[in-house]
Amino acid sequence: MISCRGVAVSYKKHDALLPFDRDIAAGDWLGLVGPNGAGKSSLLRAIAGLVDARGLVSIGGVDLSTASDRERAQLVAYVPQDPLLPHDMSVFDYVLLGRTPYVGRFGLLGRSDRGITSEMIALLRLGDFANRYLGELSGGEQQRVVLARALAQQAPVLLLDEPTSALDIGHQQQALELITELRASRQLTVISAMHDLTLAATYTDALVMLHEGAVVADGAARDVLTAERLGDVFHVCVSVDIDEEDDTVIVVPRRGFPVSDATALS
Amino acid sequence: MSDRADRWWLVAGGLFLLLSLLIGASIGPAGPDSWRVPLALFDRLPIVGIDSGVTDAQWNIVWQIRMPRVVLGALVGGMLSIAGASYQGVFRNPLVDPYLLGAASGAGLGATLALTIGRASSATWPVDPVPATAFVFAVGTVLVTYLVGASFGGNRSGITLVLAGVAVVSFTTAIQTFVLQRNLDVVREVFQWILGRLSGATWGDVRLVVPYVAVSCIVLILFRRKLDVLRVGDEEASTLGMSVPRTRMTIVVAATLGTAAVVSVSGLIGFVGLVVPHTIRLMAGASYRRVVPLSLLFGAGFLVLADVPGRMLTNPAETPIGVVTAFIGAPFFIFLLRTRQIAR
Ligand SMILES: Nc1ncnc2c1ncn2[C@@H]1O[C@H](COP(=O)(O)OP(=O)(O)O)[C@@H](O)[C@H]1O
Ligand SMILES: [Mg+2]
Repeated sequence: MISCRGVAVSYKKHDALLPFDRDIAAGDWLGLVGPNGAGKSSLLRAIAGLVDARGLVSIGGVDLSTASDRERAQLVAYVPQDPLLPHDMSVFDYVLLGRTPYVGRFGLLGRSDRGITSEMIALLRLGDFANRYLGELSGGEQQRVVLARALAQQAPVLLLDEPTSALDIGHQQQALELITELRASRQLTVISAMHDLTLAATYTDALVMLHEGAVVADGAARDVLTAERLGDVFHVCVSVDIDEEDDTVIVVPRRGFPVSDATALS
Repeated sequence: MSDRADRWWLVAGGLFLLLSLLIGASIGPAGPDSWRVPLALFDRLPIVGIDSGVTDAQWNIVWQIRMPRVVLGALVGGMLSIAGASYQGVFRNPLVDPYLLGAASGAGLGATLALTIGRASSATWPVDPVPATAFVFAVGTVLVTYLVGASFGGNRSGITLVLAGVAVVSFTTAIQTFVLQRNLDVVREVFQWILGRLSGATWGDVRLVVPYVAVSCIVLILFRRKLDVLRVGDEEASTLGMSVPRTRMTIVVAATLGTAAVVSVSGLIGFVGLVVPHTIRLMAGASYRRVVPLSLLFGAGFLVLADVPGRMLTNPAETPIGVVTAFIGAPFFIFLLRTRQIAR
């Protein structure tokens, strides 16, 4: 279980994330939504230990502020929004980097590390690409390679920053299905920042909506994603349909200005 | 990719170095017939007994004059190449060479000062003041670069360090030029020192640099996988459990100490530290798991071979090795780049 207590991030004087409190149960998938600059990445980076954050994050009772870099990496795997993929590194070598938190004293990797690497490559259906260079892959393949590297870390928590923004609709769905599958088979707790609200609603267990660093809504997708709130927060005109049969939430853009802005304009 | 291919490359590098050493020891003015030298060397191995037909006087030329020069060349070439590869990895910048943070310009300033000030009294010194001062100034200059870079606040990326290096190198070079301009009588000596030299190397020179080179190379080889981790960026490296500032610091210190040591005895041999690692990337792939150890082996062999023509072209004076490395290396590198690009 992940527990965040008063997690806050500031850059210089600017508050990117106001104190954030929440528990995320083991095996849950929490989606973070909100406009650009809302603080989604800041929260993920705070949990991953990439920014100096106030407050406390613990995973399974382990306080991350007292954990070493290595221990943290064994608990949390993080996929940035825009991973740096050296174009002349092979897929196998890249996924093998996921085993870094387990390397021995002399920087040596064992047979089991190679085994786990091969396993992840197979799991993400990258077997045919193992010896290819990263620069020779399509966007969807690159995304799977990055996931494979994160999974090779064998951490119970997976943080994904807009994992599908660069993909077309088909590959978005494939990636999200894959994460759903992996989450079940590997008992992962997932926190992901997402831009596509309908996909976020469909795949996650709960949503947190952030706006200017603050939580404006938290709960089931149908309660968080109301047309009025989306109008206020995103300055967008949408209608939200709820399919009562399978309880899915569909956010549809509409022509026109959101109600709040329309009044402001006139 | 595989371990087995890694091993084959290491074997190839080892053979290349061995062959270069034999060629380097066999060729040169005076001394025995070239083909007898390998026999004589094998003869010295335990158990082996071959009649090489080399007289004791000839053996002395091989062992006391050529071998120290060949071994020093290997140490310098290997060290500059492995340091270049490591610097390139640590700064994620392929255009970086081991002189980036001021090791060379510092050594140059040190040598200039020693040749200018210490000239009169150097005969009475217990050690040769030129390499000692060069070494101290090389290390000191890099330290200054590090402090300046850290004072910019950015230990998170290597960029600040690179920029600090640019400033510090210009500054030390300016001082050196100023000193030289006031002491025109040492210009020739300093210039020769800067161009790099292996001639006149003794076993004493070799003993001087071996400890630094050994420690430096061991650290860099142990850290080769961390250089691969750094390739995906500082942030991701840190989420993979690596302490980035500490790793960068360790690699820079190791590479700098080794570079400072070899530069102090051999002068500023350019080009090797930049081009050898690149050549290896083009031949054997970009993984530092390979590039680091192979740079050591191929760089060592390359400099030994590059020293051979210099010994033959001795009229009016020996051709400086720095000239030879650039003269052979640059066209070869361009050739390699072109063939690789066409193959892609
Ligand atoms: N490195 C940084 N330095 C200064 N401000 C930053 C930095 N990173 C993000 N910010 C600011 O923090 C706020 C939150 O950003 P971020 O967490 O990246 O938002 P999101 O991921 O939701 O788009 C924004 O106002 C952004 O401008
Ligand atoms: Mg973001």
